[in-house]
Amino acid sequence: MSGVRVLVGTRKGAFVLTSDGRRERWEVDGPHFGGWEIYHFKGSPADPNRLYASQSSGWFGQIIQRSNDAGKTWDSVGNAFAYDGVPGTHQWYDGTPHPWEFKRVWHLEPSLTDPDTVYAGVEDAALFRSVDGGQTWLELSGLRGHGSGASWQPGAGGLGLHTILLDPTNPQRMFIAISAAGAFRTDDGGTTWRPINRGLKSEGIPDPDAEVGHCVHRMALHPSRPQVLFMQKHWDVMRSDDAGESWHEVSGNLPSDFGFPIDVHAHEPDTIFVVPIKSDSEHYPPEGKLRVYRSRTGGHEWEPLTKGLPQRDCYVNVLRDAMAVDSLDSCGVYFGTTGGQVYASVDAGDSWAPIVRDLPPVLSVEVQTLAPSLGKA
Amino acid sequence: MIRIVLPPHLRTLARVDNEVTLEVQGDATLRSVLDELEACYPMLRGTIRDRVTQKRRPFLRFFACEEDWSHEPPDVRLPPAVVTGFEPFLIVGAMAGG
Repeated sequence: MSGVRVLVGTRKGAFVLTSDGRRERWEVDGPHFGGWEIYHFKGSPADPNRLYASQSSGWFGQIIQRSNDAGKTWDSVGNAFAYDGVPGTHQWYDGTPHPWEFKRVWHLEPSLTDPDTVYAGVEDAALFRSVDGGQTWLELSGLRGHGSGASWQPGAGGLGLHTILLDPTNPQRMFIAISAAGAFRTDDGGTTWRPINRGLKSEGIPDPDAEVGHCVHRMALHPSRPQVLFMQKHWDVMRSDDAGESWHEVSGNLPSDFGFPIDVHAHEPDTIFVVPIKSDSEHYPPEGKLRVYRSRTGGHEWEPLTKGLPQRDCYVNVLRDAMAVDSLDSCGVYFGTTGGQVYASVDAGDSWAPIVRDLPPVLSVEVQTLAPSLGKA
Repeated sequence: MIRIVLPPHLRTLARVDNEVTLEVQGDATLRSVLDELEACYPMLRGTIRDRVTQKRRPFLRFFACEEDWSHEPPDVRLPPAVVTGFEPFLIVGAMAGG
């Protein structure tokens, strides 16, 4: 029988939640790396036993962990993230130049085809690639060096590169997003990059439709249609039908278009999920009701999904990397909250149940859909 | 022989249970001791000193013979009692956070 492995990164460690294809009973394994922040934790699509975790701490800095046996054992691999050449400066909060300084890895994106190739999105914003299973890292410096890097300014959470989308139909194409610089695309495997922010409007920056400076929170695509991108921006849910050349707003009837995660149904490219949050200064659901909103029309028209989710007195947040879907026949949707709950829906959001309720604040949720031979929980 | 006491999280990372012991060639200084520690335990690189600047990470402290060595220059010799292994060299996580 097929199975599912949910990889959860939290403020105080990593957890592996495992179930068979019914997704009714779960085993909770962890914490791994107890006491450390796990900003992101993801498996290789090319080898589900190969996992990567970004482990960090205010005391001890950044560690990258790698497992070759689905999390049973771990090895710390390379943590030297050296900017290419003279790093230069970006803008600080007060507008003054600030030297580029590595702080942490926000996101690890394993290659779709090679378990040893993995990308790292870091703060201060840059993209690194390893082709030796995380032992060594080289910056794809054309991103910072394309011209606008000196004007990038951190969002409240830092100048983090948090989204890395690999185009399954074109290995030369990648999309990334940075808070608060915006979205960027490469069409030559990461050598050169350009901003793809036309159509975004952000009232919090001097020029609302500037080429860069937008606080993109998350982007998502469906692998069958990678030229269609969905974006949860600081405010506004956006859609592009031309690989980011232009964007249009699809917030529609959402109760708030502020939020962090956005994801796409595994089998329906026009079915997308967001979690509206009240505002940029009130990071909790409107009215204290935790609602996932689903659009089956690629945006504009949204329906609240509430069955099984708390509908009163709920003031948690769902962070940008804390939602994922599985690819079983009935698409599973998963998200984790800053209150430590991990919720699962086995019916594409129609109903929800907690897998686990009392973890540390959840930073990231990823899902591996396991083939029958790997699916024993 | 120099004895080093690591904070618990770094003992876990380095997969050691108790003190670490090192032999340092030449003068035993903060720099040479940490260089040798990182050579023997590569997974500790970047966790005690910044990988680029080699500066002590802000929330760590170095103690020896009941003195705070955190702000000493990296090439000052450590006390004889540490060099002979009579006293341990302590790497301590600052009290902070939750």
